[in-house]
Amino acid sequence: MIQLLKKYKFFLFIVFINCILIAFFPDVGSKSIDISIKNLIEMLIIVPPIFILLGLFDVWAPKELIIKLMGEKSGALGIFLSIALGSFSAGPLYAAFPVAMVLKNKGCKFSNILLFVCAWSTTKIPMLLFEGSSMGWAFMLTRLSINIPGIIIVAYIVEKLTYNKEKNLFRKGEAK
Amino acid sequence: MFTVILYITATTLLIVSLSKDKERTKKGLKKSCDTLKNIMPQFLSIILTIGIMLSVLSPQDINILIGRQSGWVGMVIAAIVGSVTLIPGFVAFPLTAALYKSGGGIMQLAVFITTLMSVGIITLPVEIKYFGLKVSIIRNILAFAFSFVTAILMGVFLT
Repeated sequence: MIQLLKKYKFFLFIVFINCILIAFFPDVGSKSIDISIKNLIEMLIIVPPIFILLGLFDVWAPKELIIKLMGEKSGALGIFLSIALGSFSAGPLYAAFPVAMVLKNKGCKFSNILLFVCAWSTTKIPMLLFEGSSMGWAFMLTRLSINIPGIIIVAYIVEKLTYNKEKNLFRKGEAK
Repeated sequence: MFTVILYITATTLLIVSLSKDKERTKKGLKKSCDTLKNIMPQFLSIILTIGIMLSVLSPQDINILIGRQSGWVGMVIAAIVGSVTLIPGFVAFPLTAALYKSGGGIMQLAVFITTLMSVGIITLPVEIKYFGLKVSIIRNILAFAFSFVTAILMGVFLT
């Protein structure tokens, strides 16, 4: 029980702030609850399939295959697959981190994991469709074609700058 | 639409997996359940924080800050707002589309969208948990810097 409280202490702090808002600024407070509920529903809709796929991937995908496709020597294919995997996703960026961890455990190259996270954040297909229809396809395509080389550059710089240090930190026991 | 495809894929694979090896499937689902349990406090905190931020900072405020003719100052503000907030797509794009139609600058909007997607101050604690402090900080700083590159290039190509 105490452990549970500890885990949720930051959450409870935010709930507390929200209560203050409702007490002193009812308009702002209730609006924030509305927005939170909307976001919560969106999250709850997207979470089950992602975590089911994640669990299945964890027990079925053979490590050798992932190493071959996305590991240290995977080259251009690994880059392509990482971007594709990140783009064919839905859900907010924070849902990408648990998936990234499983990829790491399967032997995926570090820069490819970063690439996957970067792709998840900027080239997600559902997002692109939405962007195209609201901002125009020229806007969407221009941003996409600038951002794809961009995320490759960012992923490689991050890997070069942190080579062998954080790489070893990033392993299974981390997410406690 | 995409969510539907995701559900169909997940259900199909789950059935295939169950029919092949029940125990293994259970093990996998249990693993992802544990992951979910671990990450839940952060997920919920993020959602509530976004709720508070968006209720304090209205779309009208954002419009004033990064609207038409806000220039470099507008770009910097757009980048900061985009980095700090985590607005879901169904709110962000109608908002940017409205700003665009009312004459908002391409560069400010591009910087806003790019930082919104790729820089996450609110999600930083979660990112650090998985990637470590150094990687997370460097990734976010680079993404922040690259948003300006994107915006400037888009300004060149589209205007």
